[in-house]
Amino acid sequence: MRACDIVIIGGGPAGLAAAVSARKQGIEDILILERDRELGGILNQCIHNGFGLHTFQEELTGPEYAARFIRQVDELHIEYKLNTMVMDISPEREVTAMNREDGIFTVKANSVVLAMGCRERPRGALNIPGYRPAGIYSAGTAQRLVNIEGCLPGREVVILGSGDIGLIMARRMTLEGAKVKVVSELMPYSGGLKRNIVQCLQDYDIPLKLSCTVVDIRGKERVEGVVLAQVDEKGKPVPGTEKEYRCDTLLLSVGLIPENELSREMGAAIHEVTCGPKVDESLETSVEGVFACGNVLHVHDLVDFVSEEAAAAGRHAAEYIHRLKRTKERPARGKTVPIEAGSGVRYTVPCSVCPARVEDKLIIRFRVDQVYTDCYVSVYFDDERILQKRRLAAAPGEMEEVRLTRKQLREAPGLGRITIKIEER
Amino acid sequence: MYDVAIIGGGVTGAATARELSRYQLKVCVLEKEEDVCCGTSKANSGIIHAGYDARPGTLMARLNVRGNEMMEKLAEELDVPWKKNGSLVLCLSEEGFSKLQELYDQGAANGVRGLKILDRDEVLRMEPNASDRVYAALYAPSAGIVCPFQLNIALAENAYVNGVEFRFCTEVFTVKKDSEGFLLKTSKGDVRTRCVVNAAGVYADRFHNMVSEDKIHITARRGEYFLLDKSAGQHVERTIFTLPGAYGKGVLVAPTIHGNLLIGPNAEDIGDKEGTCTTGEGLSEVLTKAGRSVKNLPVRQVITSFAGLRPHEDGHEFIIGEVRDAEGFIDCAGIESPGLASCPAVGEMAAGILREKLKPEEKKQFTAKRRGILNPSMLSMDERNQLIRKQPAYGNIVCRCEMVTEGEVLDAIRRPLGARSLDGVKRRTRAGMGRCQSGFCSPKVMEILSRELKIPAAMVTKAGKGSELIVGINKDML
Repeated sequence: MRACDIVIIGGGPAGLAAAVSARKQGIEDILILERDRELGGILNQCIHNGFGLHTFQEELTGPEYAARFIRQVDELHIEYKLNTMVMDISPEREVTAMNREDGIFTVKANSVVLAMGCRERPRGALNIPGYRPAGIYSAGTAQRLVNIEGCLPGREVVILGSGDIGLIMARRMTLEGAKVKVVSELMPYSGGLKRNIVQCLQDYDIPLKLSCTVVDIRGKERVEGVVLAQVDEKGKPVPGTEKEYRCDTLLLSVGLIPENELSREMGAAIHEVTCGPKVDESLETSVEGVFACGNVLHVHDLVDFVSEEAAAAGRHAAEYIHRLKRTKERPARGKTVPIEAGSGVRYTVPCSVCPARVEDKLIIRFRVDQVYTDCYVSVYFDDERILQKRRLAAAPGEMEEVRLTRKQLREAPGLGRITIKIEER
Repeated sequence: MYDVAIIGGGVTGAATARELSRYQLKVCVLEKEEDVCCGTSKANSGIIHAGYDARPGTLMARLNVRGNEMMEKLAEELDVPWKKNGSLVLCLSEEGFSKLQELYDQGAANGVRGLKILDRDEVLRMEPNASDRVYAALYAPSAGIVCPFQLNIALAENAYVNGVEFRFCTEVFTVKKDSEGFLLKTSKGDVRTRCVVNAAGVYADRFHNMVSEDKIHITARRGEYFLLDKSAGQHVERTIFTLPGAYGKGVLVAPTIHGNLLIGPNAEDIGDKEGTCTTGEGLSEVLTKAGRSVKNLPVRQVITSFAGLRPHEDGHEFIIGEVRDAEGFIDCAGIESPGLASCPAVGEMAAGILREKLKPEEKKQFTAKRRGILNPSMLSMDERNQLIRKQPAYGNIVCRCEMVTEGEVLDAIRRPLGARSLDGVKRRTRAGMGRCQSGFCSPKVMEILSRELKIPAAMVTKAGKGSELIVGINKDML
């Protein structure tokens, strides 16, 4: 069985950044396993711009952003295998994968970085009634068909869900000659970035209907129409508000689910809200030596944050290898403090911290549970508020973060828990 | 001129075709869709019922028990996955107990083996997720689960290999009796045949009534279902029913043969024989009713919902036999539940009638065995690597949820009566059946179909003509 210091599962933005970062920390023996025919992951089908503003201070398309990392992977001579599906990871970090050339093979990894990304929620998860004809696509599938295959999946389109992919596809379909009739959103607010609502809907006069969902799909062979209805506060359709839109296509952008089947089977503890592995300050999962980053950990809205997080995961994996080689064993962990999502906060990543292991700062990423205007993001060490940050607007669609310094953490020796809360002004 | 034309390529038509393929007869199956298994047979519970539900002495009772007994050998011959997982009919109150006892007596009279009445504790030990309200249950160890698609497809493939002709996209408009037999007007021209087998599902009354004065009436009785992720597949081990009501066996909760969890169906009589849409009310009814028999249903794990139509005959009985006033016209009508369980016996009976009538010779070269699509995950690592070396397509995963390889998809397309559409591939290989519901694999399967069938991408369909997936190329209308 082949051995390897770090095996990275997935060659998308997270896997690439983790690999580059680990190599820069001096790890020679790295292997990236990627199931697609090229590196770059879903970025390859994201041909719109808006990537890299934070990382490179310029606006790139998805493939351009990916190319920057792929170039580094090549320059650093990091090994990767394409068209390779990882089938299983054992708790002992034996990674079993398969491709056409090698067949099934197993690599014994000293450390694993999970970077599998996420998948789209299907129609079934929403129990949308109606027929099941051709012409119902998840937005990402349609994006692949249009941007990679050059095929048009429909001419008259209704989009359910105003997450970023739904918004981006509204614009893309319009540019390719389709008519996007409406974007319907179940929630009273959009799940996408503000800039996407402006640039993808408003600029093209595409209406956005909030608190509105699909209650019927018509057409037995191909979609012929979609019926939308208003929903009440509980999300239940209000009778009498139905309106039919004639269309041949329904695109669904109704949420992303971190793809954690491998993590689960390996025995990694999964966070109930994020559906990603529970990780500590080092982005290490509950399985020793296994780290997670990017959308497999929690769904991000900007790839720049994925890259940043993945670079940290790569660094921590590298440290883990260095320590392993130095001491031949894992040093005992120091005291661990839980990080809790308080009122107004849906989850935090990480969800625990060992203060002794924080380098210079700890970034805690989280999402709020509803739209807030003018609120405070507060950090409590036990019952004491140690930080309060004013936010003029916060929405579930935009990831938030707070940064704690090593000093702050070290100066609170009896710390029992950290809580992040939203407090209204 | 055919000896026998079978209308309908569902499980009844396919089972009859396979039985007839044992003899030297010229047989065809006329199917209006582009594949077999496109109507009632594709959307049902996938249950091989034990046979206690039907009244003693009925055809339903006899053929269910017989079909159940035949399944073991048939599944082995045809390489179809099935499992005797057993079933429990829960009685949720002391008052219902007499009905449970009746069901037991009925089952015993029908010849169902191994029936047992269990008390509350025994039930909860067997099925910890059964409702806390359970008072007692009827346990039937001979009940099973099967993949309805594979059973239907395997029967058809085997019939085809043994010489039965399958004519797809061939809708029968009219059936007319004449001196030589029957003239069928179809969407693909006229078909002449000595005998007809009417296995037309919800449309069986239409064809029957074209040739007979003894009219029958079949109602499309819709049933809606939820399919849950495999992570929920262990929620129950056996098929869980509650005591039957006027509209049938009620909502069940069952594992599927592939390890998902299935919840449904409700029962609603509808006018539209194509009305396979789900409804908001129907789906919530299913959940409410399922919640009475099984607790903690992991409804967040739903991956899809669907609806199927049962061909419910007014008398709630299978109508199988030669029509009194139309010699040579054999009905297989009203084949609703337990139709899937009964299908081997229905096919045997219908073919038996024709054998008596036509007195054909047996085929010496009849092949009873059919090999299913190779599932590489059943192989050892060494075997699998040998396979990949010989055929690298088996090293390429196309569907990540169900871990289906390109090799399996190619097999599904290239084999006898191969897949022609995304749904055809899905029913044969499970590519697209998993938790992402084809978001990942559909572009890949479309590409393979286009390549293999030598058709442009724009002609690849979900389920036959009219369900094209791609409408054009980028900017073609600008």
